[in-house]
Amino acid sequence: MSDWPERFQQLETAAFDIRLQRYYGAGMVSADTPIGETPLVALDFETTGLDASQDAIVSIGLVPFSRQRVFLREANEWLVKPEQPLEEESVVIHGITHSKIRAAPDLELILEPVLEALAGKVVVVHHRAIERSFFSQALLSRIQEDIQFPVIDTMELEYRALRQRQGLIGRLLRRPLGSLRLGDCRQRYSLPYYPPHRALSDAIATAELLLAQLSYQYREDVPVGELWL
Amino acid sequence: MQAELQDIVYFYQRFPPFDDLPEEALAELAQATEISYYRSGQDILRYGDPIQDLYIIRSGAVETYRRNGELYNRLAEGDVFGQMGLMMNRRVRFPARTMEDSLLYCIPADLYANFCDRFEDFADFFEAEGSSLLRHTLSSQADNNDLTTVKINALIQREAITLERQASVTQAAKLMTDQQISSILVTDPDQPISSDPNDDDGQVVGILTDRDLRMRVLAEERPGSTPVGDVMSTDMVLIDDNAYVFEAMLTMLRHNLHHLPVVHRRRPIGVIAMSDIVQHESQSSLLLVRSIFAQQSLEELTQLAKQLPAVFVRMVKEDANSHMIGSAMAVIGRSFKQKLLEMAEAELGPPPLPYCFLALGSMARDEQLIVTDQDNAIILDDRYNPEEHGEYFEKLSHFVCDGLNACGYRYCDGDIMATNPEWRLTLSQWKERFGGWIEEPSPQALLHSSIFFDLDGVWGRTKWARDLQSFIAQQSRNNSRFLNYLARNALSRTPPLGFFKGFVMEQDGQHRPSINLKRRGTAPLSDVIRVHALAVGSRSQNSFERLEDVIRAKILPPEKGQDLSDALEYIAMVRIRYQAADIERGEEPDNNIEPELLSTFERRNLKEAFQVLDRAQAFLKFRYHSSTKGGIR
Repeated sequence: MSDWPERFQQLETAAFDIRLQRYYGAGMVSADTPIGETPLVALDFETTGLDASQDAIVSIGLVPFSRQRVFLREANEWLVKPEQPLEEESVVIHGITHSKIRAAPDLELILEPVLEALAGKVVVVHHRAIERSFFSQALLSRIQEDIQFPVIDTMELEYRALRQRQGLIGRLLRRPLGSLRLGDCRQRYSLPYYPPHRALSDAIATAELLLAQLSYQYREDVPVGELWL
Repeated sequence: MQAELQDIVYFYQRFPPFDDLPEEALAELAQATEISYYRSGQDILRYGDPIQDLYIIRSGAVETYRRNGELYNRLAEGDVFGQMGLMMNRRVRFPARTMEDSLLYCIPADLYANFCDRFEDFADFFEAEGSSLLRHTLSSQADNNDLTTVKINALIQREAITLERQASVTQAAKLMTDQQISSILVTDPDQPISSDPNDDDGQVVGILTDRDLRMRVLAEERPGSTPVGDVMSTDMVLIDDNAYVFEAMLTMLRHNLHHLPVVHRRRPIGVIAMSDIVQHESQSSLLLVRSIFAQQSLEELTQLAKQLPAVFVRMVKEDANSHMIGSAMAVIGRSFKQKLLEMAEAELGPPPLPYCFLALGSMARDEQLIVTDQDNAIILDDRYNPEEHGEYFEKLSHFVCDGLNACGYRYCDGDIMATNPEWRLTLSQWKERFGGWIEEPSPQALLHSSIFFDLDGVWGRTKWARDLQSFIAQQSRNNSRFLNYLARNALSRTPPLGFFKGFVMEQDGQHRPSINLKRRGTAPLSDVIRVHALAVGSRSQNSFERLEDVIRAKILPPEKGQDLSDALEYIAMVRIRYQAADIERGEEPDNNIEPELLSTFERRNLKEAFQVLDRAQAFLKFRYHSSTKGGIR
């Protein structure tokens, strides 16, 4: 998909929910915008599992950033009450207690500030399948509408970089590609270790990873269209 | 809703000066943090670029450099950099480059300043870096400057050609012809250099030039066997090999010399030429001086004067210190005067009597800045007769003073100008006048005459100016009554401290709170220094040079002389920087600064500098038994 600005105009007209209309109405940069001039927002969902049709979002973290700086002042994090009760296993992973989750609002109640924070910016995630599919599923079940947006996936960018480094010979010899997990990717750029599986901390980690990837693998003025999916 | 940034807070908590901050402050800090990433070997900060943040290394390693490329510091996780740039006018002082891939936390300058105000330990951390930030700041500035740090012995390319005083003029003429030089240094083997017993050439005692050979040998029909010592000039300009390049440059500009003999304890070691300096540094101030003398008309001269603000700004940007800027501006001012006098004499015909045109005040002290009026006077030959010669010098004065005004050196409000007949006196009358001020001092008379105690000859018989300087130095030395009155005057302008030594603001013309850095800072400092200088019989005019004489005479408590020098340098530099900033914004520069424009550090340093002045004034009162009671305010 290259013509996201036009697509956003169509989606705005087609949307019923006022929050979605506003989100699409804020528009989207064109594919030829240099990355240095593109407003970005790193987004991370913590979920109860990997299957969007079965599992639910329990927290959302995001932080706006640019090619130059990550703006912690505008960082945000929300806990979300899942539609299904929490299983013991995922509680351990996220360190989020049942009582906190029980007190958290339903996603529909925080949809407005979340969409506002994303509006006008290109979403950056590590492993796009999670955020895209869970976001769509969550909206479909609550307001019966889907959401579409361009995504820069740091995992995809890392995959491309590793494939290039591996080269044809490496591929023929089936040399291992290297891990694509967020923490392992960060290590390649000497980025510090952050405790994983907290939505905001992962969002910040993702933003930093993209800055590192951009300064190593891309020219200063690479158009955003070469990066997003 | 603000997100919790506990990880960031934990990081800050591990490193000074953040470890002592309260929890809420750390949360505030974390919120304000911006993160940036630099791969290994990338420039983070370039010299002179604007800087808006304090940097903390989250991971990686960074090196900072001096301006000359020398390594200044190597930093790792938890280390901080950029503070020097934030303290000085928010320009990068020490360029920074990554040694490894680095993740940096950036704290906005305003929050940093705010934290320095709120948390004393936090501020002290940055101040403790040098024992005294003021001195540290000044010395780090000097480190970065070529002209102020390079000594002239590094530039000497020509050997000094010397001749003993007993040699004949014929020998001299032959040697000068062989060596293709127009002047030769004369030494005296009977005056050996005491520190170097093996040296048998002796001290430099004079100089012989083509002109001397023409005027004192041929024209007077002296024989070729005449000893060089009989016809040489002893009035020569030498410079010590320990002097800095900029001093040599200014000496040559001042005396209009193309070659300057360099001596080591009066032993000739070489000659430097103007071209050596020009090659070393293409100084814009130097080029301006050269063009002043190349102009043909007053019109052209006033056009050229419009470049002065740009030259001033460039010098500030090149990190010149206040002594350099003050001297360069004074030399430029003198050059305008000299050129105008040359034009005046061309228009009015040669002067009927010898005279000396004087610069007074800041120009004489080599402390001239961009905002300045003209203070000048004339010493006339003792044969002066108003009826016969009055009209010529009246016209000459008007030509020069009007010309200076057209070039941006405003008329003096107090009418201390050569156009005022009261300040066109013969040498004897001047001595009488100074004698009166010194022997029968009155506070009122001294209040208006202190400007005359900073004087320098610009044109004509400049030796008369030096005679007057010696006269003043002899008369005033140890003259307690005169010094007592002069000290009272020096107490009339106080630094803006009060209310238990806090900072007091005044209202400027537009009723904004402001501080006049000249009236409340540099001028009273110069006043204090002048009193001490006259007390020890110093003939220097420049405040820093006067201070050196005063320190040598040991009349100040230890360290106090250096403190005064630092305070003067700091206040002068703040004044200079804000004037340069005014010019760059297209505003009329003045001597006022609005405190809200000052960084926390400038404010602290200024306060410290004003306190030095305050203590110096108290000491002056004690030393010369003067108090302002019953005197003037």
